[in-house]
This record gives sequence, C-alpha cells and structure tokens, in this order.
Amino acid sequence: MQVTVLVPAALRQYSDGRGRVSVALPPDHPLTVEAVFEQLHAAHPGVVERALDERGQVRPHVNVFVDGQSIRAGSALGLETPVASGAEVWILPAVSGG
Amino acid sequence: MPLRSSVRLLVGTTKGLFLIDPSTALQGPLLPGTSVPSVAFDARHQRLFASTTNPFWGTAIVCSDDLGHTWSQPPTPNLQFPADTGAAIRQVWQIAPAGPAQPDLVYVGVEPAALFRSVDAGETFELMRGLWDHPHRPTWTPGQGGLGLHTILVDPRDALKIVVAISTGGVYRSDDGGETWRASNTGVRADFLPDKHPEYGQCVHKIARDAVHPDTLYLQNHWGLYRSDDGGSNWTDIANGVPSDFGFPIVAHPHKSGTAYIIPLVADAKRWTPDARCRVYRTTTGGGAWEPLTCGLPQRDAYITVLRDAFSADTLDPAGLYFGTRGGQLYASANDGDDWELLAEHLPPVLSVRAAILE
Repeated sequence: MQVTVLVPAALRQYSDGRGRVSVALPPDHPLTVEAVFEQLHAAHPGVVERALDERGQVRPHVNVFVDGQSIRAGSALGLETPVASGAEVWILPAVSGG
Repeated sequence: MPLRSSVRLLVGTTKGLFLIDPSTALQGPLLPGTSVPSVAFDARHQRLFASTTNPFWGTAIVCSDDLGHTWSQPPTPNLQFPADTGAAIRQVWQIAPAGPAQPDLVYVGVEPAALFRSVDAGETFELMRGLWDHPHRPTWTPGQGGLGLHTILVDPRDALKIVVAISTGGVYRSDDGGETWRASNTGVRADFLPDKHPEYGQCVHKIARDAVHPDTLYLQNHWGLYRSDDGGSNWTDIANGVPSDFGFPIVAHPHKSGTAYIIPLVADAKRWTPDARCRVYRTTTGGGAWEPLTCGLPQRDAYITVLRDAFSADTLDPAGLYFGTRGGQLYASANDGDDWELLAEHLPPVLSVRAAILE
C-alpha cells in the first residue's frame, strides 16, 4: 500500500529536497500514521524526529493531517489515525510564533 | 576599540545567532528562525557551539569549526532524553566544555532540569543518570523561565568535580563525575518559600568561580548575593552596598581573585536597572564592597534587563567584558569594565553572549 507524505520546506533537507515522499507500507503492517512515520524514518531519517519529540508525540506547534483532517482535532486518534491506500499525510508547522 | 584582534563575539538571540568581529561588523542572523539560548566557544578545538530551539521542530546543539560559516546538521537530533524517562527536551540552557585534561568532554544543561554529557567533543550527548535519578528532582519546580539547569562549573583541578545550578532547585555538587550529587545551598535564601533556608529549592540565577581560588564561588540568587569559600558547602551574604541584590548574571574576572561583576535589577516584579541607570557593579574584594561602573553606559531612561547568560568575560588581560540586553543592545569593555562601548543595537532580545579567543 502506498501513501504520500507531504514534507514542509523546512525539513526537505532530510528528504533529499523532495516535498512529496511516497511511502510503502508492507501488507502485514498496521495502516496508521504511526506506521507511515516509521517507514518515513527508515527511508529519510531526520523528518520524523523533528515532527515528533523523543516521546513519540507530535510537537506542540506541528500539525499532521490525513487527507485534510487533523489527527488531533476533536475525537481524532492521533498517531493511531488510520490511513488508506493513496492517502496524503501532511506535516505542517502550526500558525504560531513571535 | 572594544574588541581586540583575537576576539570574535557570539551573540545568541531569540531570532538567531550573530557574530561580531573586531571591526564590529555584524554577521548574521546565523541559524535564523531559531532561538539561541546558549552559545559556547571550545578553545580546545577552536569550535563554536550553539543550541538552537526551533519553535516548531525542536532543539539541537550545532557546532562550527570555521567561525560560523558552516554548521553541523545532525540528521537525527543529537540531544534527546531516553524513552524510559518520559521527558522531552524543551531548551538547552548551558553548553560547558570541560577542561583541557579531557578535551572531548562537553557538559550540557537542559530544561527540564537535567545534565547531559558528550565524550566525542559535542557530536552526541547522553543523559547523566546520577542527577536525573536524584530523589530531589521530582520536587524541583519551575521558575518563570522554566525548570532549567543553567550553570555548569567544572573544577579546573579535577574534571570529576562539578557544580551545577538549577532554577528552581538550587546548587548541586558532584565529586565523582556526576554519579552522585548533593544539594549545596547552606546560607542561601528562598524568600518565596515558607522555610527561608531549605536544603534545596532556592532559585539560584547564576554562579561563577573565582579565577585564582577554585573553592571560592560567587552566586547571584533570586534575591541575594553570596560567596562561598569552601566549594559551595556554605554561602555568605555579600550584598554590601548594591542598589538591589536581585539580578541574573554574575561573572568572575578571568585572572583577578576576588573580582566579580553583576548587573542588578530593581526587583523580581520590576526587572529593570535601578534608577533607570545602566550600571555594572564590580567587587575587587570578594564582595566586601561593590562599585558602580558607568563610563559609556546610559545613565538616564535606561530600563534594561540582562539575562543570566547574556553577560560574560573573555580570558584576556585586562579582561574583556560583554553584555547584551533584552532590548537588543550589546555593550563591551576591553579594560576590566572601566569603560564601555555600544557595539550593536536593535538586535533581537539577547539571550547569550560569549567571546571566542582565536589562536
């Protein structure tokens, strides 16, 4: 199963400069954002470590979307959010700063 | 000329790092988009260190071996809590290269309060479990700036002897390279607690080591100025003749025993220079008396705050002294603080200042 991860410009130095990275999930893998990130980390180390902290939690000022839906809005399941074949997983910096 | 030819100044701000050379040309912002709360110069390797806190992507320690032209970019963050701690790095508060006897040893203090160590000259860091597992640690509480381990002093006679300071935890000492620790706050006040002299829990803002007598330490407290002559076991009040004993930095002269510098603020609720005058205070008698240093510093309408790592000395003689303000001014003295000159203004808020002395 293939999904596409959209990498923000600030992290593309860790994805060979690519803004869209195709990630393949083996058939026996859980079909979740967490599993996508595991595969992304294996292929392009550096992206996931900056989107998540060392506890494996999405950093406070980072947002992750699956096909346009935030993984932590409302009753969303966070990193356990399911992904379907062909899904787009977005990593985006939040609107914040000073 | 406030910067001598061998000096490069590292200025960490909320918006990146600036470098200043003796022509006072400003280079930067380097590492843009990150806050740089801690900078260091490792004279052993002629290496610049900076901690970067990106508001989105986290914290790292980066280094440069070519005076800031290029910086390391570790693909995997080189400073992380182990998974079993359940903790995550919020900020680096201090980067402290150890002495020449252990040229690849670098200590780092972070928030939440913990000590890390590198044994590969700053490429990778590991948590020092001795302090993390100390029974006091779960009861330390954050001050307004967070719960940071912000000061690391390595004994020049023995790199296994370490003194650290934590806001708000107080002073802790280890004599065995960080395996075991003991609180070391006897005599230091905690005005904000029911018990004014607890074993630990003081909000120590900064400590500095005397240039000649390593067992003599100076301490700027959240209310209180102190000196210890026994390596930190006991502290004596030395707030003799200062307009306020509240402030953040304290800096020891690099060569003269008994000489230290502070920049007092009015109060914790009034964090600006007393009487709206920017005055560095110097003692040459170990705190027996303090004199204001004003030449070249603004003496009216100066509501200035200098943070704990935004004031430092170089290793030259006479000493160069440097401080940056939250209002973005940078001042320097090349003669032990007698005269000062404005090096830069309109910078972002200054968090950290260190001088690199090039060989």
